[in-house]
Amino acid sequence: MTRKRRRLYVLLLGMIGLGAATALTLAAFQDHLVFFYSPSDIASKPVPRDRMLRIGGLVEPGSVERAAGDPQIRFRVTDMANAVPVVYAGLLPDLFREGQGVVANGKLGPDGVFRAAEILARHDETYMPPEVAEALKRSGHWQHMGQGDKKPAP
Amino acid sequence: MIPELGHMALVLALTTACLQAVVPMVGAARGDARLMALATPAALAQFVLVAAAFAALTWSYVVSDFSVANVAQNSHTLKPMLYKVTGVWGNHEGSLLLWVLILALFGAAVAAGGRNLPAPLAARTLAVQSMIAAAFLAFMIFTSNPFLRLDPAPAEGRDLNPILQDPGLAFHPPFLYLGYVGFSIVFSFAVAALVEGRIDAAWARWVRPWTLAAWAFLTLGIALGSWWAYYELGWGGWWYWDPVENASFMPWLIGAALLHSAVVAEKRDALKSWTILLAILAFGLSLIGTFLVRSGVLTSVHSFASDPERGVFILAILVAAIGGSLALYAWRAPTLKPGGVFAPLSREGGLVLNNLLLATSCATVFIGTLYPLFLEGLGGAKVSVGPQFFNMTFVPLMLPLVAAMAAGPFLAWKRADGRAALRRLRVPLAGAVAASLATIIFAPPAPALAHVGVALAALLALSSIHEISGRAGTLARALNLPRAAWGAAIAHFGMAVTVAGVVGSSAWQSESIRAMRPGDSADIAGWRVTFMRTTLEKGPNYTVRRGHFEARHGDGTGRTMSPGKRHYASTGTITTEAAIITTGLADLYLTIADPADGSAQGGDPRFLFEAPSDAAWAVRITHNPLVAWIWIGAGIMALGGAISLSDRRLRVGAPVRRVPAAA
Repeated sequence: MTRKRRRLYVLLLGMIGLGAATALTLAAFQDHLVFFYSPSDIASKPVPRDRMLRIGGLVEPGSVERAAGDPQIRFRVTDMANAVPVVYAGLLPDLFREGQGVVANGKLGPDGVFRAAEILARHDETYMPPEVAEALKRSGHWQHMGQGDKKPAP
Repeated sequence: MIPELGHMALVLALTTACLQAVVPMVGAARGDARLMALATPAALAQFVLVAAAFAALTWSYVVSDFSVANVAQNSHTLKPMLYKVTGVWGNHEGSLLLWVLILALFGAAVAAGGRNLPAPLAARTLAVQSMIAAAFLAFMIFTSNPFLRLDPAPAEGRDLNPILQDPGLAFHPPFLYLGYVGFSIVFSFAVAALVEGRIDAAWARWVRPWTLAAWAFLTLGIALGSWWAYYELGWGGWWYWDPVENASFMPWLIGAALLHSAVVAEKRDALKSWTILLAILAFGLSLIGTFLVRSGVLTSVHSFASDPERGVFILAILVAAIGGSLALYAWRAPTLKPGGVFAPLSREGGLVLNNLLLATSCATVFIGTLYPLFLEGLGGAKVSVGPQFFNMTFVPLMLPLVAAMAAGPFLAWKRADGRAALRRLRVPLAGAVAASLATIIFAPPAPALAHVGVALAALLALSSIHEISGRAGTLARALNLPRAAWGAAIAHFGMAVTVAGVVGSSAWQSESIRAMRPGDSADIAGWRVTFMRTTLEKGPNYTVRRGHFEARHGDGTGRTMSPGKRHYASTGTITTEAAIITTGLADLYLTIADPADGSAQGGDPRFLFEAPSDAAWAVRITHNPLVAWIWIGAGIMALGGAISLSDRRLRVGAPVRRVPAAA
């Protein structure tokens, strides 16, 4: 086995590995890239049906409702200009609050109701997900909130 | 006074680091022994100074000195002592201080233990290590000083985020940092060797113990974090392919590759330039991870309030460190002399395959994690990459990797006899087929991939046992085997346990979400869970609404499960406390949410206190087969690393000269 032959083998193996990874990545990107839409985007732009997408904004105050004995919960996500109705069957994260930022993954139904597959939980109430900030900026209602400086002392 | 001393120590540490970054480097270039000798005391002094700063901050937390802004923002007088101490690193400034402390610790360890290193290599390594330290100390002092004072001092602190008040998370950051900051010293060794232009088997032997230690700590750190996420966050998952998780996982993958390529470099003097590249990448990815976590540029379920402006500073450090070292690599690597040759089918060949698969899988994780950032930076759409992407790209690469791990140890160095290796693999192969058949027959139906996973886990477990017992034979010979051989077999076995856990918990998990009233029962995977009642209790700094359940498997005796919802008055935060029954083979995982009758108005905590005794609660029950094996396996892997580390051939600073076999 000469050094050249060995190099060739290693190179060949490397190419095969990289090729396989590239193919896998491209195939996965096609199906599993999740695009972000703000409530105003959904109101103004065509939104693909039957495709996972991500929405973000604030939970509209007073919009959270739940029927008795039903773990399904309904609320509206707003960017202060437009709002999207959302329905979610699952347990809400602990930091889910009316008037606070929320990010959800799911699909937009034909009735215009967003069916959330998951509500992204935050660990920290002063953390503002970039998506929420983005949605508020796009609708022009962003005034550097978050960063937790306004919490009253107990 | 104490905080000012801490601040002072930090500034002194920065000046020491600057000195240590320059003088020994100049000394090594000029061959001046006195200048080089400065590196050792400087590294020790730097560590003592950073440790003093860390102690000062810890002291401020322990006595609840709220005139220190960092303490006021992250602590509270009612917080239990353990969490006052661990709260030191539960925030941006404190965690950076821990980061630098560990960086200095590794520098000091090389300075103290590396007496047998050639002086120029030791001097250069410590100088490079100190450049990183200087950059991070400057970052801390100028943008994230933990010792800033508040005037007037508030009477009470704002408290630490309650979900961080947990033993699992308390020790997750130190282990994680011992891991990925530990790669800094490997990086420094690599850059020093490139500057020197000499890389040989001895170099690989010095680097290996550091890699091994960092990798073992990182394994524990990631496992602790994943375990914490599992039991504390209440969603029952243990891995989410979240940017913050990936940030620690990428250095782990490259670290594992480095661990194996360093073996080839040491034993066969081959793959040297590749080993150097991996050493640079492992720490480069650690820096990228620090940047992702600290800057908050990506949406993460694990993100805490962060400050993008500070991210720019880390980005600058990152570009300088990675760009500089890669440029040096491009310039110097071609001058390295190629080493031993080997056939494609050989132990070296197997390790090359291992490296390719690990590096490629790391690349897919990297692309998935950073693609949204690139796209947004280019002005494109805002996108995110979900767990599905990673499952589709990462898992297919792991299957051949596990198979290669099972076969690799049976291959001889240089040129292997494929048929002989296959013959020795017969027993493990038969066991793998049997395990797979057993799950097809006895376990509930699952996708084909799950059965492949079971077979691979069994193959790897059996082959690592078979390999080490084949080499050991008798007890006397077993004791004489090098510890590194035992370490490798144990670590591979641990990997098999983890793979089994991953396969079992992903393929056979069952879940039920329902509204339950006291007296209601739910059935899941052979368990009957009965809701008894709820109670309201008081903890040290929280109030908890606890649900009391009885879980019964088949006709067995009932066991109590008490999941809860805690309310921390100081921050107004609510957290979920899961109740878990572990049988070793499966976990029963129970959480309660809020009253399911609509009485909870948008997260108002009052429902916790005022819920009527017959209220229906939203309850989530999951049955997670083998999930505990994921962390047990990680523990076994780290144990394998520790055993391998105790091998006398690898002992830190072991002499290079060949010791006659009889000695």
